[in-house]
Amino acid sequence: MRMKLRQLILLAFVLLLPGVLQAADLIKKTSFSGTNEMKVLFTGKVNAAIAGDASRYTVYEENDPDIKLALAAATITDEGRGVTLKFAEPLNSANTHVVSIRNLNGEGAVDFKVSKSYLGYLLSILISAMLINNFVFTKYLGLCVFFGTSKRKSTAKGMGVVFTIVMLVSASMSWFFYQYILIPFNLNFLQIVVFIGLVSLTVQAVDTILRKVNPVLFNSFGVFLVLVIANCIIIAVPLILANNNYNYLETFMLALGAGGGFLLALYLMSSVRERLEIAMIPASFKGLPIAFIVAGQFAMAFLGFSGLKLF
Amino acid sequence: MTNTKSIGQLLSRGILSENPIFKLALSMCPAVGISTTVMNGVMLGVAVFFVQVFSSVTISLFKDQIHPRIRIPSYTLTIATWVTVIDLVLAAYMPGAYAKMGIFVKLIVAFAIITMRLEMFACKEKVKDSFWDGVGMGLGFLVGMVVIGFVRELLGSGTVLGYDVLGFKPLLFFILPCAGFFVVGLMMAFFNWIEVFYKQKRGVRS
Repeated sequence: MRMKLRQLILLAFVLLLPGVLQAADLIKKTSFSGTNEMKVLFTGKVNAAIAGDASRYTVYEENDPDIKLALAAATITDEGRGVTLKFAEPLNSANTHVVSIRNLNGEGAVDFKVSKSYLGYLLSILISAMLINNFVFTKYLGLCVFFGTSKRKSTAKGMGVVFTIVMLVSASMSWFFYQYILIPFNLNFLQIVVFIGLVSLTVQAVDTILRKVNPVLFNSFGVFLVLVIANCIIIAVPLILANNNYNYLETFMLALGAGGGFLLALYLMSSVRERLEIAMIPASFKGLPIAFIVAGQFAMAFLGFSGLKLF
Repeated sequence: MTNTKSIGQLLSRGILSENPIFKLALSMCPAVGISTTVMNGVMLGVAVFFVQVFSSVTISLFKDQIHPRIRIPSYTLTIATWVTVIDLVLAAYMPGAYAKMGIFVKLIVAFAIITMRLEMFACKEKVKDSFWDGVGMGLGFLVGMVVIGFVRELLGSGTVLGYDVLGFKPLLFFILPCAGFFVVGLMMAFFNWIEVFYKQKRGVRS
C-alpha cells in the first residue's frame, strides 16, 4: 500500500514536470505568484539594466494576442538570476501567457510562455466546479431535485452517486457529438435537442443495464434515475463545455466536479434537514421555507470559496 | 381528471392554488438565480409561458400517437424543440435581454414544471383544456417571477422596472444571488402563514 502511494506521488511529479521544463533554454523556471505577479528564473545572470526595465517586456494571453497586458514594474531577484513582473491588473492564471523581452542578450526578442502545469489546470477545473462555482449554491441550478431529495442522508447519497455517474456518461457523449457531429456539420442550433436527447438516452440505458445486471442496486437507486432528467445541471454542463470549447479531459473534470459538487451539496443539506425535523420551527416555516433559508446560508458560506487557488 | 373544468378554474389553479413556484416548488432555479429585477422575471416568465403553452398543445394534439413507454423522451424532445425556437427568437430580436438571462433560457428544457404538466394533464385532456392549463401554469410562473423580482429589486436597489422609487438603496444584500434563497423561503413562509391564519379563522367560525 505504501509502495503504491509512493508510486502515485512519483507519477504526479512526472506529470507535473512538463510545466517546469516547458520554457526555452535561457529560461529556467516560470510561475504565477499572487494575483498579479509572474516570476521568471533565468539559467544564468542577466543584465540587470535590461531585465529590470519594464518597458522592454510585452505580455499577452495566448488566445488574445491583441490585448497587451500593462506591466507595472519588473524587479530583479535572486542576485540577478531572476525577475518578478508586477502587473497593473490581476492575471487570469488559468490562461497561458506569452512574454517577450526585447534585446535581452543583444539579438532580437526572447519569447517564452508562462502557464500552469496541465494537471494543475485540470484539477483547478475540478475544484472550481465543485466548490468555487458549486452548481447548487453559487449557480443556482438543479434546485428542484436538490430540495426534493435532501430529506434523508441515504436518499441524498443515492441521488448524488447516480447523478454523478449519469453526468459523466452523458457529458462524455455530448462532447463527442458536439466535436464530431455538431461542429463539422454546422448544426450548432440543434445543441439543446441533441444534448437533452443524449441525457434521456443515457438515463434509459443506465436504467435498463442496472435492472439486468444488479437488481439489488436498481431497487435502491432506480427511483432517482427519472429525477436526473429534471435536473438542470445535467443539461447545463454540456452547454458550458460547448461554450468554452473544452477538450475531453477538461470535459471529464467539469462533469466530475459538477457531480461531486451536487453530491456534496445534497449531503450537507440532508445532514441539516435531518436535524431540522426534530427542531422547534414556527408552523409556517416547516418544510420547504426553512430549507430555502438554510440553503441561503450555505450559499453565503460557499461565497467564501471564491478566490480559492490551490494550483 | 376526466370531468371538464371551466377556463376560469384552469387559470386560477395555475396562478393561485397550484402556483408552480410557491405551491409546487418546481422550477426554482430561475426564481432564485436571475430574479434580481422585475424585467428579468418578466422576460424569463414570458419565455416559459410560451414553451409551456406550445408544448401542452403539441402533446395534447399527438397524445394518441405517443406510445406510453416512450412518453417521457417524446415530452423532452417536444420541449427541447420549442425551447430552441424561443431561444433563437430571443437571441435574434432581444439580444440585450437574452445576454442578461444567460444560460437560463436554454435550461427551460429541464424545468420540471413543464414536463409535469404534460405528464399530468396534456397527455389525457382535450387540446382546448390543455391550452388553458398551459396558459394558467405559464401565468402562474410569470406572476411568481415578477413578485420575487419586485421584492428583490425594490429592497436591493430601490427601483421598480428601472425607475427610481425609493431614492435610496435599502439593503444591497437582496441583489446578491444568495439572497434569492432567503426571499423565496420567506415568501413561501408568508403564504403558508396566510393559509394557516385563514383556516384557523374559518375553524373558529364553524
